[in-house]
Formats: sequence, structure tokens, C-alpha cells
Amino acid sequence: MSGQNQHVDSATTYFLVFLALISLTVITTAVAYVDLGDFSVVVALAIATCKMLLVALFFMHVRHSTRLMRLVMVGGLLWLGILIFLTLGDFATRGLVGVPGR
Amino acid sequence: MASDSAAETLALREQFDTEAQQKDASTLGMWIFLITEVMFFGGLFLAYTVYRRWYPAEFAIASSSLNAVIGAANTVILLCSSFTMVMAVRAAQLGKRDALIWFLILTLILGAAFLGVKAYEWNEKFQEHHVPGPTFHLENAVRQGPAQIYFSLYFAMTGLHALHMVVGVCLLTFLIIEARRNRFSAAYMTPVDIIGLYWHFVDIIWIFLFPLLYLIDRHLGK
Repeated sequence: MSGQNQHVDSATTYFLVFLALISLTVITTAVAYVDLGDFSVVVALAIATCKMLLVALFFMHVRHSTRLMRLVMVGGLLWLGILIFLTLGDFATRGLVGVPGR
Repeated sequence: MASDSAAETLALREQFDTEAQQKDASTLGMWIFLITEVMFFGGLFLAYTVYRRWYPAEFAIASSSLNAVIGAANTVILLCSSFTMVMAVRAAQLGKRDALIWFLILTLILGAAFLGVKAYEWNEKFQEHHVPGPTFHLENAVRQGPAQIYFSLYFAMTGLHALHMVVGVCLLTFLIIEARRNRFSAAYMTPVDIIGLYWHFVDIIWIFLFPLLYLIDRHLGK
């Protein structure tokens, strides 16, 4: 019986996480109208990442999950990183080297 | 095979040693699926990033034409649904059948509300001729082509996200029916847990879509 659900978080915990998520949504919307130059992207993505971590750690129970599960998640994000990093690396450096015939 | 009784679903399948191991296998399987979904949406986010670097001016104008207040309101609706979903999972963990059903119904309503707002927004795009195609016209944009790329990505990403929401709503309906038939207990609530993971994942996708599509170039003005 108890083996399956060892970790039951309190409703208060969930509600506090929920309030934090709503606050971050309000903040990210408000800060979008402030001119931060190139940093507006950085701030928006930083807030989105915080919200993702809150949802994953608390709502998706990642903080109670097994090591194997965490390895799978980090592995998945690693592949996403490879996809983004190599593609953007390609687009960012295309003009740097002359290509014969172009 | 597993059709007659609730006790049947509790049965430990022969390939597992313990119930906990059986549950872990289900959770792991769901996470593997979610990882494939991350790569799936990741390609679209990447396409968005590349095109935004190529056509920053058009993307800024097109992005600012969206209604950020409606977008933020929809984000709040979706976060509320994630909260009710996690409360449903908690109710299932504690074996509270009635609370489980009510939280699932609330989640379903909030999910449907999100889709309703999304439909309203899309309808607005059709009326304003912001749908890529022969009649496309975006005011203030010098080059209409790149602006159409923005809206193509907008419809592809929000459309795919909405499709996931529709699937989620179907899964919630399934959970509500099963919960009403007393299929879940504190000892067995794996489907609630797994579909909860899916629902939160779809929420996370929107958490990134909202700032990228609606907010990033807002400060540049109209």
C-alpha cells in the first residue's frame, strides 16, 4: 500500500508554488514593456526557466523522483542543447568562412 | 484480460518485482515520451530563433500585434489548471475519490477555457488578415514575407500546443469516467499520475511560448 506513494506534498506547498507561478507571469508581462534592450530576451527566458523548474520540481514531482528518472530528464535536455547549440553555431558562423562557388 | 474488476488493475505484472518498481517503469516511460515531445517542440523553437535573428524588425512588429493581456490571462488559466491537476493527483494519492473527481472536472473546465480563449484569438487573426496566405496584410510591416513567417510559426506552435491540449482534455475525460467507476485508489493511481505529468508538460510548453511569441519585442513599441 504505502510503497507506491511515499511522498505526498501538502496542499499549502502546492498553493505557494502556484502563487509564485502567477507572480512570475505578472512580472514577465510587466517587465516586457520596460526597455531592457537585448536583455529583454534574457529576462523573459530566465523567468520562463524559473517557472519551468517550479512546475517540474513540485507539480511533476521531480524532487521526489529516482536518479534514473533524473538522468533521463537531464539527458533529454542535453540533446535539446545539442540541437540548439550546433544549429545556431552553424547560422552564426556561416559568413565567416568563404565557401568556393558562393 | 484486465477488464473485470478494480482489483485487477492492482495486480503486479509478472515482469516486475514490486509495485513500486512497476510504478517507476510507468513513470519512466512517460518521461521518455515527454523527452521526445521536448525534441519535437524544440525544433519549432529553434526555427523561431533562427528566423527571428534573420528578420528582427518584422518579428518585432508582428509579435507586438498580438494582445499580451489576453495571452497573460490565458497563461494564468493554464497555471490554474496545473494547480487543480496537481491537487487531483494529491487527492488520488490520499485515496479521496470525490476530491479527485472534482479537481479533474475543474482541470477539464480550465483546459477548455484556455482552448476557448485561443479560438477567440485565432478568429481575431482571421478578421485582421494576419493568417499567412494571399490575403495576408500586416500594418506597418515593410516586408510582408518575413511577417508571414512569424505568423506561420505562431500558428504552427500555438496550433500544435492546442492539439496537445485537446488530447489532454480527452485524457481528463477518460480519467473522470474511470474515477467515477472506482478504478483508482491510494494503492493504484498510476494513470492519474502519468496524465498529470503530460498536463504539466503541456503547461511548460506554453510557459515558453507565451514570452517568446507575445512579449519579447513588446518594449520596441507599436
